[in-house]
Amino acid sequence: MNQMFLTAINTVKQSIDTNKDFLTNLDGAIGDADHGINMARGFEAVMGKLNAEPDIDLSAGLKKIGMALLSSVGGASGPLYGTAFMRAAIPAVGKTTVDAQLAAEMLLAATEGIKERGKAVRGEKTMIDALEPAYEAMAKGIQDGKSLLECLESACSAAKEGVEYTKTIIAKKGRASYLGERSIGHQDPGATSSLLILEALTDFCRKNG
Amino acid sequence: MVGIVVISHSAKVAEGVKAMADQMADKSVSIIACGGIENGELGTDPMKIMEALIRANSGDGVVVLVDLGSAVLSTYTALELLDKEERRLIKIADAPLIEGAICASVQASGGFSVNEVAAAAESARSMLKL
Repeated sequence: MNQMFLTAINTVKQSIDTNKDFLTNLDGAIGDADHGINMARGFEAVMGKLNAEPDIDLSAGLKKIGMALLSSVGGASGPLYGTAFMRAAIPAVGKTTVDAQLAAEMLLAATEGIKERGKAVRGEKTMIDALEPAYEAMAKGIQDGKSLLECLESACSAAKEGVEYTKTIIAKKGRASYLGERSIGHQDPGATSSLLILEALTDFCRKNG
Repeated sequence: MVGIVVISHSAKVAEGVKAMADQMADKSVSIIACGGIENGELGTDPMKIMEALIRANSGDGVVVLVDLGSAVLSTYTALELLDKEERRLIKIADAPLIEGAICASVQASGGFSVNEVAAAAESARSMLKL
Protein backbone atom coordinates (compact mmCIF):
# COMPACT_ATOMS: atom_id res chain seq x y z
CA MET A 1 0.00 0.00 0.00
CA ASN A 2 1.53 3.30 -0.94
CA GLN A 3 2.35 6.00 1.57
CA MET A 4 -0.83 7.95 0.78
CA PHE A 5 -3.14 5.10 1.84
CA LEU A 6 -1.06 4.28 4.88
CA THR A 7 -1.34 7.91 5.97
CA ALA A 8 -5.11 7.89 5.32
CA ILE A 9 -5.62 4.83 7.51
CA ASN A 10 -3.31 6.28 10.13
CA THR A 11 -5.55 9.37 10.22
CA VAL A 12 -8.45 7.06 11.05
CA LYS A 13 -6.40 5.34 13.75
CA GLN A 14 -5.49 8.68 15.32
CA SER A 15 -9.11 9.80 15.39
CA ILE A 16 -10.15 6.54 17.04
CA ASP A 17 -7.34 6.91 19.60
CA THR A 18 -8.33 10.51 20.35
CA ASN A 19 -11.96 9.49 20.80
CA LYS A 20 -11.30 6.21 22.58
CA ASP A 21 -12.73 7.31 25.94
CA PHE A 22 -15.61 9.13 24.27
CA LEU A 23 -16.68 5.96 22.40
CA THR A 24 -16.22 3.80 25.47
CA ASN A 25 -18.34 6.18 27.55
CA LEU A 26 -21.10 6.18 24.93
CA ASP A 27 -21.01 2.38 25.03
CA GLY A 28 -20.97 2.47 28.84
CA ALA A 29 -24.33 4.22 28.81
CA ILE A 30 -26.14 1.59 26.72
CA GLY A 31 -23.77 -1.34 26.19
CA ASP A 32 -20.75 -3.11 27.59
CA ALA A 33 -18.40 -0.12 27.77
CA ASP A 34 -15.73 -1.41 25.44
CA HIS A 35 -16.31 0.13 22.00
CA GLY A 36 -13.49 2.69 22.19
CA ILE A 37 -11.06 0.21 23.71
CA ASN A 38 -11.97 -2.41 21.10
CA MET A 39 -11.70 -0.03 18.15
CA ALA A 40 -8.37 1.36 19.36
CA ARG A 41 -7.00 -2.17 19.75
CA GLY A 42 -8.33 -3.00 16.27
CA PHE A 43 -6.67 -0.08 14.51
CA GLU A 44 -3.43 -0.68 16.41
CA ALA A 45 -3.43 -4.20 14.89
CA VAL A 46 -4.35 -2.75 11.49
CA MET A 47 -1.36 -0.37 11.45
CA GLY A 48 0.92 -3.21 12.57
CA LYS A 49 -0.19 -5.35 9.62
CA LEU A 50 -0.02 -2.50 7.09
CA ASN A 51 3.39 -1.27 8.22
CA ALA A 52 4.71 -4.81 7.81
CA GLU A 53 3.66 -4.78 4.14
CA PRO A 54 4.10 -1.22 2.88
CA ASP A 55 3.97 -2.27 -0.81
CA ILE A 56 0.56 -3.92 -0.70
CA ASP A 57 -1.99 -2.51 -3.20
CA LEU A 58 -5.27 -0.72 -2.36
CA SER A 59 -7.62 -3.68 -2.61
CA ALA A 60 -5.30 -6.13 -0.82
CA GLY A 61 -4.64 -3.46 1.80
CA LEU A 62 -8.36 -3.01 2.50
CA LYS A 63 -8.74 -6.78 2.79
CA LYS A 64 -5.82 -6.88 5.21
CA ILE A 65 -7.46 -4.13 7.30
CA GLY A 66 -10.66 -6.20 7.43
CA MET A 67 -8.84 -9.35 8.52
CA ALA A 68 -6.88 -7.46 11.18
CA LEU A 69 -10.08 -5.96 12.61
CA LEU A 70 -11.80 -9.37 12.59
CA SER A 71 -9.20 -10.97 14.77
CA SER A 72 -8.35 -8.13 17.12
CA VAL A 73 -11.43 -6.08 18.00
CA GLY A 74 -13.23 -8.65 20.16
CA GLY A 75 -16.71 -7.12 20.07
CA ALA A 76 -19.44 -7.08 17.44
CA SER A 77 -17.70 -4.20 15.70
CA GLY A 78 -14.90 -6.65 14.73
CA PRO A 79 -16.97 -8.79 12.37
CA LEU A 80 -18.97 -5.72 11.29
CA TYR A 81 -16.11 -3.38 10.37
CA GLY A 82 -14.01 -6.38 9.31
CA THR A 83 -16.69 -7.34 6.79
CA ALA A 84 -17.06 -3.68 5.76
CA PHE A 85 -13.38 -3.28 4.82
CA MET A 86 -13.21 -6.68 3.14
CA ARG A 87 -16.26 -5.80 1.02
CA ALA A 88 -14.84 -2.35 0.22
CA ALA A 89 -11.81 -4.16 -1.19
CA ILE A 90 -13.93 -5.69 -3.98
CA PRO A 91 -14.69 -2.54 -6.05
CA ALA A 92 -11.09 -1.42 -5.39
CA VAL A 93 -9.52 -4.36 -7.24
CA GLY A 94 -6.98 -3.08 -9.76
CA LYS A 95 -7.44 0.56 -8.71
CA THR A 96 -4.57 2.79 -7.61
CA THR A 97 -6.41 6.07 -7.01
CA VAL A 98 -9.74 6.81 -5.37
CA ASP A 99 -12.19 9.13 -7.13
CA ALA A 100 -15.71 10.05 -5.99
CA GLN A 101 -17.24 7.17 -7.96
CA LEU A 102 -14.95 4.55 -6.43
CA ALA A 103 -15.31 6.03 -2.93
CA ALA A 104 -19.10 5.75 -3.26
CA GLU A 105 -18.85 2.16 -4.53
CA MET A 106 -16.60 1.23 -1.60
CA LEU A 107 -18.92 2.92 0.90
CA LEU A 108 -21.92 1.10 -0.59
CA ALA A 109 -20.14 -2.27 -0.50
CA ALA A 110 -19.06 -1.66 3.11
CA THR A 111 -22.55 -0.59 4.19
CA GLU A 112 -24.21 -3.57 2.49
CA GLY A 113 -21.65 -5.86 4.16
CA ILE A 114 -22.49 -4.49 7.60
CA LYS A 115 -26.23 -4.79 6.91
CA GLU A 116 -25.84 -8.41 5.89
CA ARG A 117 -23.51 -9.37 8.70
CA GLY A 118 -25.56 -7.65 11.40
CA LYS A 119 -28.93 -8.39 9.80
CA ALA A 120 -29.74 -4.74 10.49
CA VAL A 121 -31.75 -2.10 8.68
CA ARG A 122 -31.99 1.66 9.16
CA GLY A 123 -33.76 2.88 12.29
CA GLU A 124 -32.41 0.24 14.69
CA LYS A 125 -29.78 2.49 16.33
CA THR A 126 -26.72 1.05 14.62
CA MET A 127 -23.84 2.00 12.30
CA ILE A 128 -26.33 1.78 9.42
CA ASP A 129 -28.06 4.95 10.65
CA ALA A 130 -24.85 6.86 9.89
CA LEU A 131 -23.56 4.90 6.90
CA GLU A 132 -26.62 4.58 4.72
CA PRO A 133 -27.44 8.33 4.70
CA ALA A 134 -23.73 8.96 4.09
CA TYR A 135 -23.79 6.77 1.00
CA GLU A 136 -26.98 8.41 -0.27
CA ALA A 137 -25.46 11.88 0.15
CA MET A 138 -22.36 10.73 -1.68
CA ALA A 139 -24.38 9.24 -4.55
CA LYS A 140 -26.32 12.50 -4.86
CA GLY A 141 -23.05 14.45 -4.84
CA ILE A 142 -21.78 12.38 -7.77
CA GLN A 143 -25.03 13.01 -9.66
CA ASP A 144 -24.55 16.73 -9.09
CA GLY A 145 -21.00 16.50 -10.45
CA LYS A 146 -19.28 17.29 -7.15
CA SER A 147 -15.63 16.51 -6.37
CA LEU A 148 -14.47 13.68 -4.10
CA LEU A 149 -13.90 16.09 -1.22
CA GLU A 150 -17.33 17.73 -1.65
CA CYS A 151 -18.97 14.31 -1.82
CA LEU A 152 -17.17 13.20 1.35
CA GLU A 153 -18.18 16.41 3.11
CA SER A 154 -21.86 15.87 2.30
CA ALA A 155 -21.49 12.24 3.39
CA CYS A 156 -20.13 13.42 6.76
CA SER A 157 -22.99 15.88 7.27
CA ALA A 158 -25.52 13.16 6.49
CA ALA A 159 -23.76 10.71 8.82
CA LYS A 160 -23.72 13.34 11.55
CA GLU A 161 -27.48 13.82 11.22
CA GLY A 162 -27.77 10.04 11.34
CA VAL A 163 -25.84 9.92 14.62
CA GLU A 164 -28.14 12.61 16.05
CA TYR A 165 -31.15 10.57 14.89
CA THR A 166 -29.89 7.54 16.85
CA LYS A 167 -30.49 9.54 20.06
CA THR A 168 -34.22 9.53 19.32
CA ILE A 169 -34.77 5.83 18.68
CA ILE A 170 -34.85 2.53 20.58
CA ALA A 171 -31.94 0.11 20.11
CA LYS A 172 -32.98 -3.08 18.35
CA LYS A 173 -29.56 -4.72 18.01
CA GLY A 174 -26.75 -5.75 20.31
CA ARG A 175 -26.43 -5.28 24.05
CA ALA A 176 -28.26 -1.93 23.92
CA SER A 177 -31.42 -3.75 22.84
CA TYR A 178 -31.63 -5.19 26.36
CA LEU A 179 -32.31 -1.65 27.57
CA GLY A 180 -35.38 -1.12 25.38
CA GLU A 181 -36.82 2.37 25.89
CA ARG A 182 -34.02 3.30 28.25
CA SER A 183 -31.72 3.42 25.22
CA ILE A 184 -33.53 6.56 23.99
CA GLY A 185 -31.55 9.77 24.56
CA HIS A 186 -28.19 8.09 23.99
CA GLN A 187 -26.33 8.24 20.70
CA ASP A 188 -25.22 4.94 19.24
CA PRO A 189 -21.48 4.23 19.71
CA GLY A 190 -21.25 2.26 16.42
CA ALA A 191 -22.90 5.03 14.40
CA THR A 192 -20.49 7.42 16.12
CA SER A 193 -17.38 5.43 15.21
CA SER A 194 -18.64 5.17 11.62
CA LEU A 195 -18.93 8.97 11.55
CA LEU A 196 -15.43 9.33 13.01
CA ILE A 197 -13.96 7.06 10.31
CA LEU A 198 -15.70 9.04 7.54
CA GLU A 199 -14.62 12.36 9.07
CA ALA A 200 -11.01 11.21 9.38
CA LEU A 201 -10.89 10.11 5.74
CA THR A 202 -12.50 13.42 4.71
CA ASP A 203 -9.90 15.35 6.74
CA PHE A 204 -7.16 13.39 5.07
CA CYS A 205 -8.63 14.19 1.65
CA ARG A 206 -8.93 17.89 2.53
CA LYS A 207 -5.27 18.09 3.54
CA ASN A 208 -3.86 15.97 0.74
CA GLY A 209 -6.07 17.00 -2.17
CA MET B 1 -19.26 -38.36 16.45
CA VAL B 2 -20.60 -34.79 16.42
CA GLY B 3 -18.25 -32.25 18.01
CA ILE B 4 -19.25 -29.34 20.22
CA VAL B 5 -17.78 -25.84 20.40
CA VAL B 6 -18.58 -23.59 23.36
CA ILE B 7 -18.16 -19.90 22.54
CA SER B 8 -18.18 -17.21 25.18
CA HIS B 9 -16.81 -13.69 25.60
CA SER B 10 -15.04 -15.07 28.64
CA ALA B 11 -12.38 -17.80 28.42
CA LYS B 12 -13.26 -18.80 31.98
CA VAL B 13 -16.95 -19.23 31.13
CA ALA B 14 -16.13 -21.31 28.03
CA GLU B 15 -13.69 -23.51 30.01
CA GLY B 16 -16.19 -23.92 32.83
CA VAL B 17 -19.03 -24.91 30.51
CA LYS B 18 -16.72 -27.38 28.77
CA ALA B 19 -15.77 -28.92 32.11
CA MET B 20 -19.45 -29.34 33.05
CA ALA B 21 -20.31 -30.84 29.66
CA ASP B 22 -17.25 -33.15 29.71
CA GLN B 23 -18.55 -34.66 32.95
CA MET B 24 -21.71 -35.77 31.18
CA ALA B 25 -20.27 -36.74 27.80
CA ASP B 26 -18.62 -39.85 26.45
CA LYS B 27 -14.84 -39.44 26.26
CA SER B 28 -15.02 -39.73 22.48
CA VAL B 29 -17.04 -36.49 22.13
CA SER B 30 -14.80 -33.58 21.29
CA ILE B 31 -15.89 -30.50 23.27
CA ILE B 32 -13.83 -27.39 22.60
CA ALA B 33 -13.88 -24.25 24.71
CA CYS B 34 -13.41 -21.08 22.68
CA GLY B 35 -13.59 -18.00 24.87
CA GLY B 36 -12.08 -14.53 25.01
CA ILE B 37 -9.63 -12.91 22.65
CA GLU B 38 -5.89 -13.18 22.17
CA ASN B 39 -4.69 -11.04 25.05
CA GLY B 40 -7.04 -12.69 27.55
CA GLU B 41 -9.60 -9.90 27.49
CA LEU B 42 -13.34 -10.38 27.10
CA GLY B 43 -14.54 -10.78 23.53
CA THR B 44 -14.94 -13.15 20.62
CA ASP B 45 -12.52 -13.75 17.76
CA PRO B 46 -13.77 -15.14 14.43
CA MET B 47 -10.33 -16.56 13.57
CA LYS B 48 -10.08 -18.42 16.84
CA ILE B 49 -13.64 -19.70 16.38
CA MET B 50 -12.82 -20.88 12.88
CA GLU B 51 -9.88 -22.92 14.21
CA ALA B 52 -12.06 -24.40 16.97
CA LEU B 53 -14.72 -25.42 14.42
CA ILE B 54 -12.13 -27.18 12.27
CA ARG B 55 -10.63 -28.92 15.30
CA ALA B 56 -14.01 -30.11 16.62
CA ASN B 57 -15.15 -31.54 13.29
CA SER B 58 -14.33 -35.22 12.88
CA GLY B 59 -16.44 -35.30 9.72
CA ASP B 60 -19.82 -35.76 11.40
CA GLY B 61 -20.32 -32.06 12.04
CA VAL B 62 -20.26 -29.60 14.92
CA VAL B 63 -22.89 -28.00 17.13
CA VAL B 64 -21.97 -24.52 18.32
CA LEU B 65 -23.20 -23.00 21.58
CA VAL B 66 -22.89 -19.21 21.93
CA ASP B 67 -23.36 -16.68 24.73
CA LEU B 68 -24.30 -13.12 23.67
CA GLY B 69 -24.17 -10.62 20.85
CA SER B 70 -20.86 -10.74 19.03
CA ALA B 71 -20.51 -14.47 19.76
CA VAL B 72 -23.18 -14.99 17.09
CA LEU B 73 -21.74 -12.44 14.65
CA SER B 74 -18.24 -13.82 15.08
CA THR B 75 -19.47 -17.37 14.50
CA TYR B 76 -21.27 -16.37 11.29
CA THR B 77 -18.08 -14.66 10.18
CA ALA B 78 -16.01 -17.75 11.03
CA LEU B 79 -18.42 -19.90 8.98
CA GLU B 80 -17.92 -17.61 6.01
CA LEU B 81 -14.17 -18.09 6.28
CA LEU B 82 -14.56 -21.87 5.96
CA ASP B 83 -15.10 -23.54 2.61
CA LYS B 84 -18.55 -24.86 1.69
CA GLU B 85 -17.76 -28.48 2.52
CA GLU B 86 -16.38 -27.64 5.99
CA ARG B 87 -19.35 -25.40 6.71
CA ARG B 88 -22.04 -27.88 5.62
CA LEU B 89 -22.38 -29.80 8.89
CA ILE B 90 -21.94 -26.96 11.37
CA LYS B 91 -25.05 -25.79 13.24
CA ILE B 92 -25.40 -22.91 15.69
CA ALA B 93 -27.84 -23.95 18.41
CA ASP B 94 -30.29 -21.24 19.49
CA ALA B 95 -30.01 -22.38 23.09
CA PRO B 96 -28.89 -21.32 26.56
CA LEU B 97 -25.13 -21.82 26.83
CA ILE B 98 -24.68 -24.16 29.79
CA GLU B 99 -27.87 -26.20 29.58
CA GLY B 100 -27.57 -26.36 25.79
CA ALA B 101 -23.97 -27.58 25.95
CA ILE B 102 -24.87 -30.31 28.42
CA CYS B 103 -27.91 -31.52 26.42
CA ALA B 104 -25.82 -31.46 23.24
CA SER B 105 -22.97 -33.46 24.80
CA VAL B 106 -25.33 -36.14 26.06
CA GLN B 107 -26.99 -36.42 22.66
CA ALA B 108 -23.64 -36.43 20.83
CA SER B 109 -22.46 -39.26 23.11
CA GLY B 110 -25.29 -41.36 21.70
CA GLY B 111 -23.86 -41.01 18.21
CA PHE B 112 -26.75 -38.91 16.88
CA SER B 113 -26.61 -36.67 13.80
CA VAL B 114 -25.68 -33.00 13.91
CA ASN B 115 -29.33 -31.97 13.47
CA GLU B 116 -30.39 -34.20 16.36
CA VAL B 117 -27.63 -32.86 18.59
CA ALA B 118 -28.58 -29.27 17.73
CA ALA B 119 -32.25 -30.04 18.45
CA ALA B 120 -31.29 -31.52 21.83
CA ALA B 121 -29.39 -28.32 22.67
CA GLU B 122 -32.39 -26.22 21.66
CA SER B 123 -34.73 -28.35 23.76
CA ALA B 124 -32.87 -26.89 26.75
CA ARG B 125 -34.69 -23.61 26.12
CA SER B 126 -37.89 -25.01 27.59
CA MET B 127 -36.37 -26.90 30.54
CA LEU B 128 -37.92 -25.67 33.76
CA LYS B 129 -35.81 -25.50 36.90
CA LEU B 130 -38.55 -25.12 39.48
